[in-house]
Amino acid sequence: MKKILALLLAGCMAFALCACGTPAEPSSQGNQGDNSTASGDTVVIGVFEPLSGDNGAGGKQEVLGMQYANSVTPTVDIGGKTYNVKLEVVDNESSNDKAVSAASNLISKNVSVILGSYGSGVSIAASDTFGQAGIPAMGVTCTNPQITEGNDHYFRICFLDPFQGTVLANFAKEELDAKKVYCLGQLGNDYDQGLMNYFKQAAEGMGIECVVESFPVNNSDFTSYLTSAKNQGADVIFAPTSISYAQLIVKQAAAQGLDIPLLASDTWDSNVILGAAKGTDVDVYVTTFYAEGGNAEFEKGFKEWIKADSTNLTNNGGNDIISAVSVMGYDAYYTALEALKAAGSTNPADVMAALPKVNYTGITGEISFNEEGDANRDSAFVKKSNSETGLWEFVTVQGIKDAK
Amino acid sequence: MGKKLRPAAAPEKKLGSLIAVLLLVALYVFLFMLDNALPTNSTTIMLITVLKKGAIYALVCVSMNLLNGFTGLFSLGQAGFMLIGAYAYAIFSIPAEQHHSVYQYFDGGLINFSIPESLGNLLGENAGNFLGAIICIIIAGLVAAIFAALIGIPVLRLKSDYLAIATLGFAEIIRAIFQWNGLGRITNGSNLLRKYTNFHDIKIQVGGTIFQLDTIFPFFIATLSILIIVLLVNSSYGRAFKSIRDDEVAAEAMGINLFKHKMLSFIISSFFAGVGGALLAMFQTTVQAMPFQSTMTYELLLIVVIGGIGSITGSCIASFLYIACSEWWLRFLDSGSFMGMSVPFFRDGFRKVVFSVVIMIIVLFFSRGIMGDKEISFSGMIRKLRRRKQVKATVADEANQGKEGETHE
Amino acid sequence: MSEFLSANLPYLLSGISVGGQYALIAIGYTMVYGILRLINFAHGDVFMVAGLVMVYATASLPIPVSLILVVVVTVALGVLIEKVAYKPLRSAPRMSVMISAIGVSYLLQNCALYFTGGLPQIYPAVPFLSEKIKIGSATTTVVTVITPILTIFLVIVLVTMIKKTKVGMAMRAVSRDFETSELMGIKINNVISMTFAIGCFLAAVGSMLYFTNYNSVIPTSGAMPGLKAFVAAVFGGIGSVPGAVIGAFIIGICENIIKGLGWTEFSDAFTFVLLIVILLVKPTGIFGEKSTDKV
Repeated sequence: MKKILALLLAGCMAFALCACGTPAEPSSQGNQGDNSTASGDTVVIGVFEPLSGDNGAGGKQEVLGMQYANSVTPTVDIGGKTYNVKLEVVDNESSNDKAVSAASNLISKNVSVILGSYGSGVSIAASDTFGQAGIPAMGVTCTNPQITEGNDHYFRICFLDPFQGTVLANFAKEELDAKKVYCLGQLGNDYDQGLMNYFKQAAEGMGIECVVESFPVNNSDFTSYLTSAKNQGADVIFAPTSISYAQLIVKQAAAQGLDIPLLASDTWDSNVILGAAKGTDVDVYVTTFYAEGGNAEFEKGFKEWIKADSTNLTNNGGNDIISAVSVMGYDAYYTALEALKAAGSTNPADVMAALPKVNYTGITGEISFNEEGDANRDSAFVKKSNSETGLWEFVTVQGIKDAK
Repeated sequence: MGKKLRPAAAPEKKLGSLIAVLLLVALYVFLFMLDNALPTNSTTIMLITVLKKGAIYALVCVSMNLLNGFTGLFSLGQAGFMLIGAYAYAIFSIPAEQHHSVYQYFDGGLINFSIPESLGNLLGENAGNFLGAIICIIIAGLVAAIFAALIGIPVLRLKSDYLAIATLGFAEIIRAIFQWNGLGRITNGSNLLRKYTNFHDIKIQVGGTIFQLDTIFPFFIATLSILIIVLLVNSSYGRAFKSIRDDEVAAEAMGINLFKHKMLSFIISSFFAGVGGALLAMFQTTVQAMPFQSTMTYELLLIVVIGGIGSITGSCIASFLYIACSEWWLRFLDSGSFMGMSVPFFRDGFRKVVFSVVIMIIVLFFSRGIMGDKEISFSGMIRKLRRRKQVKATVADEANQGKEGETHE
Repeated sequence: MSEFLSANLPYLLSGISVGGQYALIAIGYTMVYGILRLINFAHGDVFMVAGLVMVYATASLPIPVSLILVVVVTVALGVLIEKVAYKPLRSAPRMSVMISAIGVSYLLQNCALYFTGGLPQIYPAVPFLSEKIKIGSATTTVVTVITPILTIFLVIVLVTMIKKTKVGMAMRAVSRDFETSELMGIKINNVISMTFAIGCFLAAVGSMLYFTNYNSVIPTSGAMPGLKAFVAAVFGGIGSVPGAVIGAFIIGICENIIKGLGWTEFSDAFTFVLLIVILLVKPTGIFGEKSTDKV
């Protein structure tokens, strides 16, 4: 028995070794075989996203946007030649210690440009690895300013946390008439803590009082935090957490009969939250990149594509509501294609040189980069959950003009 | 003792160490080529990543083995000590002008100097980075060792599984403390530490050319540390550790101070865990307390088990195998297709399922792991080969004699 | 006074309810430890799997059937784990068995990751339990109130069983002296399977209560409750069922008081500080029996 097992294990290992001795090279050749219509050249776009872990749900929706874009436009003309575009997705497991090897794995697949990641921490963690390999990366929805700061190779198409924090504070002041805000974030998560910090700065500048508390990782009991918010007389709860926690917060707020509105950031713009808020009395407000109804043609196509495949439907949370991150993923794909066209080659160095000058008008608006590599964005959408229909309601477009 | 009884083993031992040294030199030459000469393609990129991380894990696993395998203390605090090491390293090596951007929410932090940078001003950038990194790594080890000494005083009085759960608890407490905003000016709270000296900054200048030492550096530190552990294990302290593992009561009766030796083993193991943490920080280029959870300790423990509890070479081999499988060879299990065919159940997470099944098989059916408690030694191999030759020769002789006898008849 | 009470009642309620759920998990730990001297690291993950089974079962079955199915599957899983992962190692050193337990925990988490695809699964609302109820000034769900009552009821049943029935007597005998009880004709394997079955049954009930309150299941959902329940078992004196229950309530309540005081960063760390303090002051826990080392 033991010997058979040992042989079996050894056999598996040897098999894996044989199979993987040449994993990267045939992947591009294999693709050529699949798409016999094209001229046979392939350009690889790396997708660096979390498919598991805390941010798995958001990462998957972002990838969906890119995959849809890839299905709409599978080829690109670079320097007069038509290339097939191949998306190479690698899971960074929402974890900084896995990010570096996941990044190396992408680099080893001869990518020309990298998109991602959902979640700022992993993007910062992988940034140096991309930089050392000389491959440009484009953040899709990672909002921490440290990602692009001092880096020539990292770009992004979304707004930044200082901006988002100010927008949220403005909104809390103007629309929700907040006097005291209870901020709740995950301990050890730089996205939560960073955004809360900017929010607090902006809010205190406007005379709003802020109480900041944190919960430990894998926590699921939020009743005490919500009670604290109530006891301290907060009239808005600001909780820029990841989706897994957000869902718990909404449900427990509903169970407690909490009548304080919840305010959150781009991470909460997910149908998972809508599902949790449906049929309750909880008001959820989020700032985000896109509000449904912005582009009917795109939405129709995307919904059909999602519904056509059960895996996609599952990854989108089981229904066809469009998340802003998917739209951002879609735009990121086209921005990358623009960069490839402008570069005139698939060489990462050329793409990096071409990226700062890229201009593209996407579904979420005009995309162009400033000298830091960040997108020039001056407004964010604010949406409110409708607990009866289980859909987002567009509230307003909020800028930061009042703050400055 | 055995060696003295067998003086014939001496030349084999010499030859064995010679082979070992030669192989090590060959390895280093290969690593140097990898860093500087070989072209970068898809294979070398992954090879370099796996080698770096493998070396770091080998060091940490050997340090864990010293505690769990050689001293018989079932401790699950390794991730906590790595966390301390990683933070200590990063805090002391962030360049001064980067402090403002790294500690952006904490007014630039409290510690406003960087050891590699200060040394760099004196000795030139490359030498400064190299020496500074080594000094910071040693500091990282020392800080971890100091924490271990403090934690050890109460915890080491506990017995087997209580010790395991108490050390696990300590690792969680340490993580909570490092994430606390109250210490934010030092630890940066929940936010990443970055921009410190990493493997890519380690290079030497010979004449006019600059050589990268990306991969050699972690290997250098890891080999050096493992060598020290090997020497320790083979010393009288090592024998005392093993006697504690085999029978505490008997060891005490023999006059071994239990607490002192347990403490020593705990502190030394934590020192090297701290060094490993510092190297991991260099590898990751950013540090955050989040990944240093109990799952990381479990992962390390499983590597030690795969390699064989009580075998240093086993831990090293298992580390490289484990890292190579999980980061490189088995990634195709997640990709949804295999050699051009699409396999529906190959999707995200399948790699981990396969991995954990293999680990369970090893734990249940091959509980001695790859090496058991044996070591690979070249002198031993030579001895075996010679003996086999002798046996063959005698068998052949006998056969010949037999044939001769037949012909005679 | 009444104002103070009405402001802090929710903390207490939440603490008691969490404590009850920890208690149901802790019993599984404490019974297995009492008999096998094994920290069953996989117990927390069995709890998580029970949650996942419920999610998938309700997708096609009515709730009452699902509830029964969850209990059956969880108990079967627990017994299976014992047969496959712990029984072959009965004569192996304690460290090997504990490593096997860690391996099983790793396996269960990774399988859960594979099947859920890393997405949090929403736990279905169990009709009566999820309804809202008002206690004094605090609004909460029925499950919060039911949990401590149900826990105490189950514990009384269990303690009576251990004290009065033949199986219970066999369990006590095995936990006192493994080999002698075997010589006395007790079928050790049956007793151990029974222990795992009871532990997993309670974990299944615990998971229904827990996830009705905190209704999202992720692969690591079981890790923290599992660890805390184990701490509770140690706190109350490992091997003692009432001890584990009291330990669990104390930890649940303290944790929520800490959160109420604003030391939210340290709510988890506090549990472990408590553990280390109790181990140093009274290593056998509050209700633990003094054990002597055999040479």
